[in-house]
Amino acid sequence: MKSFTYSRATSVADAAKTAASTQGARFIAGGTNLLDLMKLQIETPTHLIDVNHLGLDRIEPTPEGGLRIGALVRNTDLAADKVVRRDYGVLSRALLAGASGQLRNKATTAGNLLQRARCPYFYDTNMPCNKRKPGSGCGAIGGISRSLAILGVSDACIAQHPSDMAVAMRLLDAQVDTVGADGVARAIPIVDFHMLPGDTPHVETALKSGEIITSVTLPKPIGGTHVYRKVRDRASYAFALVSVAAVFGKDGGSRFALGGIGAKPWRTPAADAAASSGAKAVAEAALNGARTTHHNDFKKTLVERTLASLYRHKEARS
Amino acid sequence: MKFDTPAITNPIDKGRVIGVAHDRIDGPAKVTGSAPYAYERHDAAPNAAYGWIVGSAIAKGTIAAMDLRAAEAAPGVLGIVTHANAGKLGKGNYNTAPLLGGPAIKHYDQALALVIANTFENARAAAKLVRIDYAPQDGKFDLAAEQDNAVKPPDGGFSGAADSAVGDFDGAFAKAAVRIDQRYTTPDHSHAMLEPHATTAAWNGEKLTLWTANQMIAWSVGEVAKTLGIPKANVRLVSPYIGGGFGAKLFLRADALLAALGAKQIGRPVKVAIARSQIPNNTTHRPATIQRIRIGADKNGVIDAIGHEVWSGDLPGGGTETAAMQTRLLYGGAHRMTAHRLATLDLPEGNAMRAPGEAVGLLALEVAMDELAEACGVDPVELRIRNDVQYDPEAGAQRPYSSRKLVECLRAGADRFGWSKRNAKPGKVRDGRWLVGMGVASAFRNNLVGKSGARIGVDATGKVIVETDMTDIGTGSYTIIGQTAAEMLGVSLDDIIVRLGDSRFPASAGSGGQWGANSSTAGVYAAAMALRAKLAEKAGYPIDQAQFDDGLVKMGNQSQTLAALAGSEGLWAQDSIEFGDLDKRYVQATFGAHFCEVGVDIDTAEVRIRRMGGAFAAGRILNPKSARSQVIGAMTMGAGSALMEALEVDTRFGLFINHDMAEYAVPVHADIPEQDVLFIDELDDKSSPMKAKGVGELGICGAGAAVANAIYNATGLRLRDYPLTIDKLLKAQMS
Ligand SMILES: Cc1cc2nc3c(=O)[nH]c(=O)nc-3n(C[C@H](O)[C@H](O)[C@H](O)COP(=O)(O)OP(=O)(O)OC[C@H]3O[C@@H](n4cnc5c(N)ncnc54)[C@H](O)[C@@H]3O)c2cc1C
Ligand code: SF4
Repeated sequence: MKSFTYSRATSVADAAKTAASTQGARFIAGGTNLLDLMKLQIETPTHLIDVNHLGLDRIEPTPEGGLRIGALVRNTDLAADKVVRRDYGVLSRALLAGASGQLRNKATTAGNLLQRARCPYFYDTNMPCNKRKPGSGCGAIGGISRSLAILGVSDACIAQHPSDMAVAMRLLDAQVDTVGADGVARAIPIVDFHMLPGDTPHVETALKSGEIITSVTLPKPIGGTHVYRKVRDRASYAFALVSVAAVFGKDGGSRFALGGIGAKPWRTPAADAAASSGAKAVAEAALNGARTTHHNDFKKTLVERTLASLYRHKEARS
Repeated sequence: MKFDTPAITNPIDKGRVIGVAHDRIDGPAKVTGSAPYAYERHDAAPNAAYGWIVGSAIAKGTIAAMDLRAAEAAPGVLGIVTHANAGKLGKGNYNTAPLLGGPAIKHYDQALALVIANTFENARAAAKLVRIDYAPQDGKFDLAAEQDNAVKPPDGGFSGAADSAVGDFDGAFAKAAVRIDQRYTTPDHSHAMLEPHATTAAWNGEKLTLWTANQMIAWSVGEVAKTLGIPKANVRLVSPYIGGGFGAKLFLRADALLAALGAKQIGRPVKVAIARSQIPNNTTHRPATIQRIRIGADKNGVIDAIGHEVWSGDLPGGGTETAAMQTRLLYGGAHRMTAHRLATLDLPEGNAMRAPGEAVGLLALEVAMDELAEACGVDPVELRIRNDVQYDPEAGAQRPYSSRKLVECLRAGADRFGWSKRNAKPGKVRDGRWLVGMGVASAFRNNLVGKSGARIGVDATGKVIVETDMTDIGTGSYTIIGQTAAEMLGVSLDDIIVRLGDSRFPASAGSGGQWGANSSTAGVYAAAMALRAKLAEKAGYPIDQAQFDDGLVKMGNQSQTLAALAGSEGLWAQDSIEFGDLDKRYVQATFGAHFCEVGVDIDTAEVRIRRMGGAFAAGRILNPKSARSQVIGAMTMGAGSALMEALEVDTRFGLFINHDMAEYAVPVHADIPEQDVLFIDELDDKSSPMKAKGVGELGICGAGAAVANAIYNATGLRLRDYPLTIDKLLKAQMS
């Protein structure tokens, strides 16, 4: 870890301005991802701006009937929130499928959205990695890639987005609320928030320099049966090989988002449209354009099987 | 004391303290955080500086240039150790590659420098500023690709002969009515113990003290002396508490050597821990294997020919994974062969991990037995019973087992587990989304014994003190040693003080190969016998008439207290147990039977263990509570080897790429729902005066195979490449 300076932001606008005007500055929320990466010098901020004391830890209804979740709401608190459990069950279930109790107590809504890749080559600073060191090459391509992505990947990077929460957020059409260095607020639809790697896998989100996330807003509840199914190598405390967030609507309209397989949380209109044709059709639509390695080609089958399991589950319930 | 004839009735047989379940006597110190571990010896070395290891970024080659200037100029840096300034270093007997590399580099993350600073953070930050230019060379990293180049390794060491042959294996196998011929693979495994390798080192003139995490104190004193080129008498190792080892801490490793070199260089104590992410590549691991098993049997499953070949790899000069050893001993059959072949690989150093040989050998053999059972239409428990043998099947009836209760374990275990409810047809049992299956496997692990010494005394207050360099790696050594002393001297466990893990104490067998509990308590037994003689003599009672009870030495209706006999000076005795050839004349081994029930998701092929159960025969069980802990921990490790554990080799760069606990998965609580352990009554009078055997490794042996066999029973899918992960199950299902 490199030494760094630290300050506590006094307001959202102050945080954004300081971040943009201080070379090498980063926000710190729960620190569960950032600090690990700093210890390994994968991240080397020279200044940390603590955003924990800005009152961004509230969950409030919006005038539109939705829910505004403060950027600093802890994953544990969000998963346990009464309204979330009642109206957005998929989000609660996705959160509880992630990490461990201790980590969720620290991890925040914004931090979770911004957590970085879980590619083993990204984590070893002796290895080539375009995401960590642009232009150095991708160690995972041609290497060990069993856990990595099959959708939205490029010749530069095949890392998957590791978040569970973000998959549910994508399913629910959340929007990310921010304030920029100029003090101007904007709302970014979640679909546009995470970037595909293309030639620049180190650019991961639409956030601009200094821009701070203040909240994540959910639209009105959509009803239906909410499920989150996470398939992994052990029963708990592991990232997803494949995860599926789904809402099965009463009218037959359903929606699906996939985790563990995409460079970002993955949702396609075609897959939602195929809902009434069953798991196989949904999988086919969702996996359109998939690019696999011989280590991770099983993920295509696994997506289909996981969807099949959810359909079965749904039938068992209704 | 020489142990060369079978034990007769002795004071241990009383079973007043020994054989009774006790909480760990070191438990309160551990849970209150007052048990000092190697990295936190602020008491002993309050001004220790911090060292951080710089590991090699390449797998093979040389250092072309090393630039330390930026690191030396970094805040707080006190010194940097490299091959250029460390002086001439020897190499120990137990490590294959030098623990401090350079200019030659033997494996990825081999230590090339130790950066020492006033704080941990400064040392770690400065380590990143060490610039090393490399001249890389091509290496060999792929066991499968090197299989055909593997050679017969030299005989000897723990491994015995590389090959064995009895009768006419080829002829008998060719003629057999039922033949199994399969290839199995197991990956490299990491010990993944809780406490990383760690050492605090301090010099006092020529004298070096290492507060370290080490399973084998006497071995490692010798290794330190040899590597540093100093007399053994100048080396002290102190290792009273160890946060797990599993074989990772059998030897001197880079933490201890570099802490010693660092402390010398800066003239101040230095402490070093090997970072979690460095452990898989810097230290040792269990080597991967390729195994071929051939079994020829008659229609009833009775084996006539059995063959087991094993290929593994290691650095030049390294050792073999002796995975065919149990096949020499476990089942009958007139015609037999085993062979081990060793390939040269430039991966990090392979070495012992919990039950070396058997742990992975049984992952193959016990699946092959399941395949044979199915091919013959014989129940897998019954098949194993039919092939039981009460003597060494290679040597013949003149070399019987000292005790062997495999059949009893299979029967009692099956009964308790409800094996009779198993449906022999695979893929037939459903419970909701789960396909459910049961599997069985035999457990087998050699019983090794080794010379072990102790010193035991009574002080003026009547407290009994035991000192030996035996280690407690979380196994419960403190407690069983205390129980032994209490039993021998007729006092309560509360009156015993046990001191372990200091090279100033008599040399013990140490902790490894499940020899520690039996050997070290036998050493305490020997010393206690000597003390009993001294106490009786002081009391004026003939030793054969003296009774040791209630803190008293008694004869008839006379008695004297231990405290009075000890006097203000105290009374001490020292002895060691030395083993004769009973382990040559008899085969000594421990046995068990593992049972497992799994559920496999009908869609996603997720495997979840529903129950594990086992019955084990391992001589006298000294402390049923800690023995059970050992067995369930080992069963958990076996489940890990079946379902998830694998160091992934990147054959381009020559390293284990998943080198942290996020990527190297070991089971968590949610993976292990219910474990049941039954110990079968057994006393082994040829093993030691304790009539005990090892139990710390037995539980892993066969556990993973029971999981694999349960998966087959649940699904009809036979997988032979461990770990049995979702991707492999899905592929097997589709083909
Ligand atoms: C062992 C382990 C297992 C895990 N398992 C899982 C799992 O199974 N599933 C899963 O989904 N996740 C898992 N995680 C990841 C975990 O969810 C994230 O580490 C956590 O959500 C990050 O939140 P944080 O508040 O700690 O972020 P931090 O570490 O504080 O920050 C992360 C990033 O977000 C930036 N940031 C933080 N707040 C803001 C803000 N308001 N505006 C702009 N930028 C901001 C920081 O600058 C930093 O770049 C695991 C983590 C660990 C360590
Ligand atoms: S997949 Fe992405 S994160 Fe992994 S090595 Fe390649 S560029 Fe780096």
